[in-house]
Amino acid sequence: MKRFLKIYLDKPELAGLALLVILIAVFQIKSNGILLSVENIRGVMGLLPEMALVAIGVTILMICGEFDLSVGSVFALMPMSIAVMLNGGVPFPVALLLGLALCALIGFINGYITLQFAIPSFITTLGMLFIARSLTIVISGGFPPLLPDNLPTWLFTDYIWQGSILRMSFVWFVVIAVLAGAFLSLTNFGNWIRATGGFNEAAASMGIPVKRVKIVCFMLCSMLAGFAGLLQVLRLGSPLPSIGEGLELQAVAAAVIGGTALAGGIGTVFGAIIGTLLIRTIDNGLVLSRVDANWFKFAIGLLTMFAVIANAWMAKMSRKIKVEAHK
Amino acid sequence: MTTPIIECRNLQKWYSGVHALKNVSLTIHPGETVGLVGDNGAGKSTLIKILSGVHHQDAGEILIEGREVHFRSPKDAMHHGLETIYQYNSMVPTMSIARNLFIGREPLKWKIGSFGLMDQKRMRQESVQAIADVDLHLRSPDALVGELSGGQRQGVAIARAMHFKSKVLILDEPTNHLSVKETNKVIGFVRGLKAQGLTGIFISHNMQHVFQSCDRIVAMARGEIVFDRPTTETSIDEVHDLL
Repeated sequence: MKRFLKIYLDKPELAGLALLVILIAVFQIKSNGILLSVENIRGVMGLLPEMALVAIGVTILMICGEFDLSVGSVFALMPMSIAVMLNGGVPFPVALLLGLALCALIGFINGYITLQFAIPSFITTLGMLFIARSLTIVISGGFPPLLPDNLPTWLFTDYIWQGSILRMSFVWFVVIAVLAGAFLSLTNFGNWIRATGGFNEAAASMGIPVKRVKIVCFMLCSMLAGFAGLLQVLRLGSPLPSIGEGLELQAVAAAVIGGTALAGGIGTVFGAIIGTLLIRTIDNGLVLSRVDANWFKFAIGLLTMFAVIANAWMAKMSRKIKVEAHK
Repeated sequence: MTTPIIECRNLQKWYSGVHALKNVSLTIHPGETVGLVGDNGAGKSTLIKILSGVHHQDAGEILIEGREVHFRSPKDAMHHGLETIYQYNSMVPTMSIARNLFIGREPLKWKIGSFGLMDQKRMRQESVQAIADVDLHLRSPDALVGELSGGQRQGVAIARAMHFKSKVLILDEPTNHLSVKETNKVIGFVRGLKAQGLTGIFISHNMQHVFQSCDRIVAMARGEIVFDRPTTETSIDEVHDLL
């Protein structure tokens, strides 16, 4: 029993999962059964993959001990750059690759500046938040370019089959989430990420190239954010320059609610997904329960604080159980 | 006479105008446990950082088992069998013992280049064995290092060095911030090195600790070696007076 309890306390994402179940039950009742209706789930599942992919990238980066505030802007810049390239006659696959390369470059710059000048990534990426947003608006030329109508949306955002609840973006999300989870927990590089974030000096003294590890995480994070932005634009059919505003903080909130430690070293992909699901459920649930939508941010704020306090408490309890078991 | 395991010849190091090492030569033979003492800024840490591949000497050479080496990184030093355990502890508290033991040297089941899938079963089994080898009794290789006491952590670090067949173990102030009981445990580990056929370099402020565990005392001051004698031919007072 104690052993079971300890395992449970060591996994904050499980507490998030429990909370999710409770919230779904509450909102299901409050919304008179609309929350879990097919139509509603279909709507939520359109947005979820996009948010979750950003949260996964941010989580991986936070595990290695860094931070990215520019994901919301990259979320907008990547699809905008693709739209501009498409309008310039570049074929979609080439534009897609160049768009992803642009994200990788932004991630690299974030990481390089942070590490080379030893400044907090909070500051570097705050700068990049403004720079990438500005670039998005500049290249859009003031108003959104039109997307050609022959884009392969069947591969990214169409419903998997006629009338299905899920879109193709959900498949991308599941595949990427599984790969990212395996990458973190099964590969040696994942071990290095955790070691780098858990205790940078120790990792370095064991010969791990900590700077390169961090730069790879910065690049992954930016690429996931950009790809998520592309999914949203393909779903909406128009590259608005304002998409993704405020997303950076929601992604951090999702990561933290899912048990990722701000200090680094701790966190899981599964936790990031649970965190995102919680945020989406609260957003959707409040609307369906006819609560003033402006309470949404209030609820997210409350949940974030609660999650961090609960995680700290759980870690403490877990340690205590260990001590008792020793006697 | 056997080939020295480490031979430093005329090492020099400057840090932005400060002459941190002045012509330091030091020869260490296999199986010796050398206590390196000296005040802050005496050059102990500089010497150790050069030996562990963190810094590079500006002049002079290092020979390992008679062959000249150039360490460009801590990994190079580890390849040559020199492993360093730092005072701040070279363990990641948020990771399990098994994962900590293999940081940077994970056994891989399947790989592309130097990246691949870790053999977690083997990591668990080998870490249990490695820890038992240093007479440390821990319940599970999956326990987080953060849950261990300071002495146990140093024990795991030593187990790690032994598991990877290190020839020389450099312990940089391993007893700092430890309780008396924990310190005794670490001193026990250092004493046990000889039985395992390892060479040890034990850096400490604390003369008692060094005299209890080492068979040779080397003292540094102002970037030079000022004293070098077997423990049996000297006393704590003598070294104290000198520094």
